[in-house]
Amino acid sequence: METVSRKNQTWALGIVLFFSLVSIITYSYNEYYIYLSAYLWFGFIYGMCLQYGRFCFASAFRDLFAVGVPRMVVGIMIATVLFAFVSAFVTATGISTFHSSPTSIHSVIAGLVFGVGMVFAGGCASGSLYKTGEGNGVAFLVILSISITQAMFVDVGGWLNKLVPASWTESALSKGLPEGLDVGNGWVDQYLAGYVWNQPVTSFAKMLGFENESFLGAYFGNLIVGVVVPALLLLMVVYLFYARSSRAMEPGGGTGGGIGEDIKGFWGMLISSKRTALAGLILGVACGLQMFVMEGLRIKFGVRNAGEILQRLGSDYGLSMRGTVFDPGYWYVTTQEAQWVGWLLQKLGWKNMDNIFFGYINGIPNPALNPADWMSLALIGGAAVMALMSNEFKFKKPTRELAFLAVIGGALMGVGSRLGLGCNVGGFFVRVANGDPAGWLFGLGMIGGAFLGVKALNWWTERKMEKELIHLDL
Amino acid sequence: MAMKVDKKEEGVYTLDCQGYVCPHPQIYTKKVLEKIKSGNVLEVVFDNPSSSESISAMCVKAGHDIFEKTNTGGKYVFSIRKK
Repeated sequence: METVSRKNQTWALGIVLFFSLVSIITYSYNEYYIYLSAYLWFGFIYGMCLQYGRFCFASAFRDLFAVGVPRMVVGIMIATVLFAFVSAFVTATGISTFHSSPTSIHSVIAGLVFGVGMVFAGGCASGSLYKTGEGNGVAFLVILSISITQAMFVDVGGWLNKLVPASWTESALSKGLPEGLDVGNGWVDQYLAGYVWNQPVTSFAKMLGFENESFLGAYFGNLIVGVVVPALLLLMVVYLFYARSSRAMEPGGGTGGGIGEDIKGFWGMLISSKRTALAGLILGVACGLQMFVMEGLRIKFGVRNAGEILQRLGSDYGLSMRGTVFDPGYWYVTTQEAQWVGWLLQKLGWKNMDNIFFGYINGIPNPALNPADWMSLALIGGAAVMALMSNEFKFKKPTRELAFLAVIGGALMGVGSRLGLGCNVGGFFVRVANGDPAGWLFGLGMIGGAFLGVKALNWWTERKMEKELIHLDL
Repeated sequence: MAMKVDKKEEGVYTLDCQGYVCPHPQIYTKKVLEKIKSGNVLEVVFDNPSSSESISAMCVKAGHDIFEKTNTGGKYVFSIRKK
């Protein structure tokens, strides 16, 4: 194994020292900063896990369709189940901060758009964050594209208003939202208040007649019925279509041999993704622990949302009209990306606090004081440390071709995220693990999108390959 | 840098995918392996860490032999003998 160079060790140590100093100095200035530091250190752990486990949803479904490799989709499913165990425990203790999302076909469509985008971009929303930590310029461009697209999409009206069904407008206006919101102007506003909010909000526990917080609801409804069974079914499909045939390559293997051989083969497929599964387990524990810690800090400071923390720190800039800011209390990726560009656009004169996303729900606080932004930046830092310590850090400038794909893919992911009220993490991973059926709908769309994206990318790369091979005698 | 395929010597080819992110290195590797003859060698050069696992898994599944793997400062070279 290659030894880690002194330079890499120094940089890794420098990153850890930097985040430590940020935490110590801000805490010594004001104890409320510990709330932001909690987000920071959980983000750092997420970044290390993601880089170690190569935890990328784009890779999971794309590699399955593009090169027939099920390794990552198996790892992601195992990680989802492990995270669901932790989530069930957190829910049963009554301190979960998770809320189910409205369930309808919109999640499938959102996932489809997102899925195509993540294949073009070369990484999902969280994957692009950790790859930025590896020094990948393409991934950084993807993040920029996701951020800008979201920030603009949530506020754009004009000709897009003409695409809004009249029933949505009518329903949105009837919600009695505060006057400061221009709900009748803006596609996303009318989509949210006029359509999405009218859809049922449920969980597998509730569908079976249990309360989420009850033992049966959390462990049987949400965990077993909502996660373990569907994940096992999905893995069995993957085994039958992608892994079973490869057993013929193994010594003494073959597709015959009956059910016993298939069980052995299925188990072999499951344990082939130890690295991703281990990362998933730590991610799951960290996500659950973050819910405990954030709730504990809220109780300690007597607040319900980080908006109150920011006010006590003397910053009321960018709070939503309810005095809140985005404060999920667990792992989330895309909303804070929209926020920092939203903040920048506002500084440039764009009036974007009259929409539901920024003005009513998430706010656009100064990125330097935005807890979720601290989490994302530290996530990149954590991934960088892990990449440096495994000799995988390398600055890579994007080529024109990849920059084009990154911008297109990032834009599609940005739109998909806002349509689905979350990305592969907030819209799928966290939702599925918490027994929200909307998460599976988003995942279904994401798989379909990945399939379509792979078809398009195959066509693109085939053309390039033909040109490249023409001079070789093959 | 654009993707490049070259013939190094008789029966040995190189595929340089440096600068490319997922899924390009694994897709191009798969495509070149489909084109070259059985027993020929393909040296794949790439710098996208997550492609290393994907290419390895793909070769195991297809029965190709990766007989040498190196990682020098984030630059990977895999030597693959086609089944």
